[in-house]
Amino acid sequence: MAEKEEKLVFERPKSLLPVVTNFCPGCTHGIVHRLVAETIDELGIEGKTVGVTPVGCSVMGYNFFGCDMIEAAHGRAPAVATGVKRVRPDNVVYAYQGDGDLASIGTAETVHTATRGENITIIFINNAIYGMTGGQMAPTSLPNQVTQTSPYGRDTSSAGYPVRICELLSTLDGPAYLERVCVDTPAHVRKAKKAIKKGFQYQIDGVGYSLIEVVSTCPTNWGMTPQDSFEWMRENMLPYYPLGVYRDVLAEGYESVADAALKRAGDSKIVVEGGAQ
Amino acid sequence: MAEKVLMKGNEVLAESAMRAGCKFFFGYPITPQTELSAYMAKRMPKCGGTFLQAESEIAAINMVYGASAAGARAMTSSSSPGISLKSEGVSYIAGADLPAVIINVMRGGPGLGSIQPSQSDYWQATRALGHGDFQMVVYAPSTVQEMADYTYKAFDVADEYRTPVMILADGMLGQMMEPVELRDPIEEIPERPWATTGHNNEREHNIVNSLYLDADLLDQMNHERYKRYEKIIATEQASEEFLCDDADIIVVAFGAAARIARNSVRAAREQGIKAGLFRPITLWPYPTEALEKTVAHAKGYLSVEMNMGQMVEDVRLVVGNRAPVDFYGRAGGVIPTPAEVLDKIVALNEKVGE
Repeated sequence: MAEKEEKLVFERPKSLLPVVTNFCPGCTHGIVHRLVAETIDELGIEGKTVGVTPVGCSVMGYNFFGCDMIEAAHGRAPAVATGVKRVRPDNVVYAYQGDGDLASIGTAETVHTATRGENITIIFINNAIYGMTGGQMAPTSLPNQVTQTSPYGRDTSSAGYPVRICELLSTLDGPAYLERVCVDTPAHVRKAKKAIKKGFQYQIDGVGYSLIEVVSTCPTNWGMTPQDSFEWMRENMLPYYPLGVYRDVLAEGYESVADAALKRAGDSKIVVEGGAQ
Repeated sequence: MAEKVLMKGNEVLAESAMRAGCKFFFGYPITPQTELSAYMAKRMPKCGGTFLQAESEIAAINMVYGASAAGARAMTSSSSPGISLKSEGVSYIAGADLPAVIINVMRGGPGLGSIQPSQSDYWQATRALGHGDFQMVVYAPSTVQEMADYTYKAFDVADEYRTPVMILADGMLGQMMEPVELRDPIEEIPERPWATTGHNNEREHNIVNSLYLDADLLDQMNHERYKRYEKIIATEQASEEFLCDDADIIVVAFGAAARIARNSVRAAREQGIKAGLFRPITLWPYPTEALEKTVAHAKGYLSVEMNMGQMVEDVRLVVGNRAPVDFYGRAGGVIPTPAEVLDKIVALNEKVGE
C-alpha cells in the first residue's frame, strides 16, 4: 500500500497558547476561544491585538491567548477596552465576557460602549447561568430555570425577565454589527466563526462596534451531559434568544454607522444641520 | 521663568495634568470639580488628547485602567461620592501595578452630603480607597500653585512606583483663583515596557492583571508591592513647617484648613503664644519624620480639619502620650474661621501651661 501524503486538516491556532485551560469538559468556551484565535491568526493581527478578559469562567483567558492581555474588573471590560482603544486606535481590541459580567453588573458599560460606537469587538458568551461561582441565576436565565439562587425556578414575578442583549443594543445608533450565533453543530460553529471574523474585520476597517453573542451551555452547572446541554439549549434557549443578525450597517445598505444614525434621526434640526462650532 | 497667570484651582489641575503629559482624561460630572472636566473637554481636543465623559465614575476609572495599561498617562477626577464609586477601579489599578492619577475635590459627606468644601475623605484616601492590601500616594495641596506643582509630581511618582496617586483637594481650593506659574509641557513620558501595546511579534505577550489564584504568589506580589511602599515612605514624605522651630503649640492642618490655621498661628504669635503650623503635604506617606522632630519642644498639638477628626489619629500615632493632641474640626462643608482656631490654640496653651 502506497504511503499517503500527510495533509494537515486541523491544527491549534498559534494565538491560542499551548496551555491547559480551566474549562470544564464539554464547555463551549473552548470552541469560542479557538474561533477567536483562528480569527486572530487568519487576519494576521496577533502582534497588534489586545484582549480584555472578564470576571467569570473566562477570567484566565489572559493566559490562553498569545496577544497582549488585560484582566478587567467584573463587568468593566468594555470600559477598559475603551481606554485601550482610545490610546491605541491602531490596535485591535476585543473583550470577551459572560452573561453575568456583560448583562448584569456591566450593563451600563455594555450599553454605553455600544452607544458610543467604540471601534472594538465584544464576544459575549450567554449560557444563562453564572458558571465560575457555581451556578447562580444569571440576567439571561430563562423563566422557570432552576439555578442555585432560583431553586424553585426563576420566578418572573419577583426575579423579572431575562435580558436579550442583541435586541437591546439594536435599538442604539452606535453599533455597527450585532449577531447571535451558537456552536452546537459544525455548521453553527462555522457560522459563529464567520460572525466573529466579521466583527474583527469591521473593527480593522473602521466600521465600528460589534458584539457577537454566542448562545452557549454550561453542562457542569446545568447538571447535564454536554450533548443533553446542547439539546436543552436548542429546546429552551434558541426560541427565547433567536439566532441571527440584529444589526449590520453595511449589509443594511448604509455607508456607515453615522449614515445609519443620521437616517434614523428624522429631521431633528441640530442633528441634520450640525451644531455650533 | 514663565509668567504668572490667574487661574482657578480646578482648571489648574487640568492644565497641569496636560502639561505633565496626560493625554487621556475620563470623567463624570460632579460638583465641585466641574470646571476640571469642562476645561479638559475644551482643551484636550486642541492638543491632540482625548476627553471622554464616561457613563459613570466606575466606567471612568476603568477607562483610566485601560489607558494606563496601554501605556498612556491617564487621569480621572471627581468629588467624594464619585470617588467612592471609583474605589473598585483604584484597587484594581493598585493590584495590577498601574500608574494613574486620581483627583478628589472633596465635599461634605457622608452620602450625598453637601457640595461645600470638606476634608472628610482623609481616611478613605490614606487608609482604604478600595479592598485589599494597598496604599496610594496622596498629595494635599494648599495653594493653587501647589495644585500645579503636585499634579506634575503625581504623574512622575505614579510612573516611578507604578502606583495610583491621588491629589486630595477640596471645594475651596478647586473654586479659588490665585496667580500660578505653569511649567512647560513635557515632550515624552517614561517608557513602559510592561504595557499592553500589542507585542508586534517581537516579545512575549504582556499581561496586566491583579488575579493570583495561587495564595503564595499573591502573598509574594503583595510583599513586593510593600517593598516599593517602604521606599515611598523613606523618600516621598513632604511637609511644610511655619514658625515651628520654637513652637510650644503646633497646629497640624493640611489643604484648605492649613490656610486658615496659618492666620490663627500668626494671630496667636501676636498675643505672645509660641504657636507654629505643621502642614503635611503628603498625607500618605504621612510626614512622620518631620513631625517627630517637633516633639522635642512642642508642649501640645492641635489638629485642625474640615471633618470630625481623621488626621488627628496620624498625629497621635507620632506624638503618642508625649504631649496632648487636641482636635478642632467643622464638618459638612463648614470652613472653620481663624478666630475659632485661635480660641482653641489659646485654650490648649493654657492647658499645657498649667
